[in-house]
Amino acid sequence: MSEELVVNIGPAHPSTHGVCRVIVTLDGEVVRHSEVVIGHLHRGIEKMAENRTYLQIVPLTDRLDYVGSMYANWAYCRAVERLAGIRVPERAEYIRVIVCELQRIASHMMSVGPAGADTGATSVFMYTFNQREQVVDLFEQLCGARLTYNYVRPGGVSMDTPVGWADNVRAFCRTHPAAMAEVDRLLFGNVIARQRMKGIGVLSAPDAVAWGASGPVARGSGVSWDLRRDSAYSIYPRLDFDVPVGSNGDCYDRARVRLWECIESCHIIEQALDQMEPGPVMAEAVPRLLAPPPGEAYDHIESARGSLGVYLVSDGTPRPYRMKVRSPAFCNLALLPKLAEGHTLSDLIVILGSLDPVFGEVDR
Amino acid sequence: MALVDDLGKALDRSPGGSIILTSVDAILDWSRGKSLWTMPMGTACCAMELIAASFSKFDFDRHGTIPRPDPRHTDVMVVAGTITHKMAPAVKLLYAQMPEPKWVIAMGNCAISGGIFYYDTYSVVRGVDEFLPVDVYIAGCPPRPEALQDAIFQLRKKVAGESIASGRERKVEYLLPRPEDPRKGDLAAEAEDGEDR
Repeated sequence: MSEELVVNIGPAHPSTHGVCRVIVTLDGEVVRHSEVVIGHLHRGIEKMAENRTYLQIVPLTDRLDYVGSMYANWAYCRAVERLAGIRVPERAEYIRVIVCELQRIASHMMSVGPAGADTGATSVFMYTFNQREQVVDLFEQLCGARLTYNYVRPGGVSMDTPVGWADNVRAFCRTHPAAMAEVDRLLFGNVIARQRMKGIGVLSAPDAVAWGASGPVARGSGVSWDLRRDSAYSIYPRLDFDVPVGSNGDCYDRARVRLWECIESCHIIEQALDQMEPGPVMAEAVPRLLAPPPGEAYDHIESARGSLGVYLVSDGTPRPYRMKVRSPAFCNLALLPKLAEGHTLSDLIVILGSLDPVFGEVDR
Repeated sequence: MALVDDLGKALDRSPGGSIILTSVDAILDWSRGKSLWTMPMGTACCAMELIAASFSKFDFDRHGTIPRPDPRHTDVMVVAGTITHKMAPAVKLLYAQMPEPKWVIAMGNCAISGGIFYYDTYSVVRGVDEFLPVDVYIAGCPPRPEALQDAIFQLRKKVAGESIASGRERKVEYLLPRPEDPRKGDLAAEAEDGEDR
């Protein structure tokens, strides 16, 4: 055992996928101990929510998970709808599923691409970002915003889809699987990327359950747990889809599960577009100043990072008494010191990328 | 910079020197303006648009603007996203590490004023101009990548007025009054004090 060296990564480091600081204790190049320091993006969104009306909180949820804003919108709106007993029209549910599956593609592209960049293949990021831009363009047609959509509202969605949007989505879903096959060859077929990712940061299935991991991090370890199937919400029971599951629980499997999920998302979107009927997209008589009866509600959805839950307590006033966000990125990030131990410093970056944290959601 | 400063002053004083001075200035400002390398200080949502600006669809490279994560290689710091009180010392330290001449772009409402996080929160710095001298502000939550590219063009206009002799800079007309320069005392020393993040 040689002398230990303490290295500080971050908070402004290009490889930390956000403003994360990691204090690493190194023995040579091997990580002996690492400590994640979070809170550099703590904006107090949960506290702010206590001073906002229920409708005013929706833009705040956009800024929680800024890579996948639609998820936070939807999780929050589901909690409000449960609290206030609002029934959402069927077409709105279909639109929500379509935009969230599109968002899953956009979000996973920001994880698979950097996985290539972390392992030294920057060009993969160009390919995946191109796909993300196409999704962002679709969202721009839908609601005018590229990033913070404010689209899913309590009671439905803010507006119906524009004319021709469904055809654009179909066209994207036709081309996307081929693009993913290309990325698969380019990244996962590359011997350097395979050697950098295979067997790195292995998370066993019992550990994934014990540490509360969810989403692709848990599924990469072989835990077949997906809220879309196992706690079927919205219209997911009517749709036929597979849940991709890895076997080794290493960085390679986690990244590959994300890639396959994108292709499954395309299937889901196509089915939802086929089944969707015209109709209202907003529940009737949802007041601007929503004052749900006193009580509490928790609802969760499967976001791109795992099970995203929102807990709301109402005291009968137009402002929530308390909002709590169960963030999957936060729970997954807690695994980093455990996974990185015994690997080299450069592998720590790959492991951090494979956990796919978004610090807006981690720090809230 | 001391030698260059003296050189500029000496040229300005010597007879006929101002012709050389203005020529040197023109070449320097042209080369600086056409290769503004950015320090992407992306913290939150705006960072996504910052990334998008340099990727294939918007292609920042064609304007000579390349993101470099090392502050020592860069000319302009793009502050994209919310700066919290916990993050501010790190931003200050990185700004202090950038070589002169350096500029700052405040991208997005959070970097301008705190934006949506202005009220009711206890942890957000209300605008990066509380501790950095900002040259260009881009409004939007988040601004589009085109807006960021426009900011680089705006900054180029400003860079074109700089001179190596102090006092010879061309004045830039601003639409709005500029906020006071927040650099009181030595910023580098201040950043050193902020080491205990």
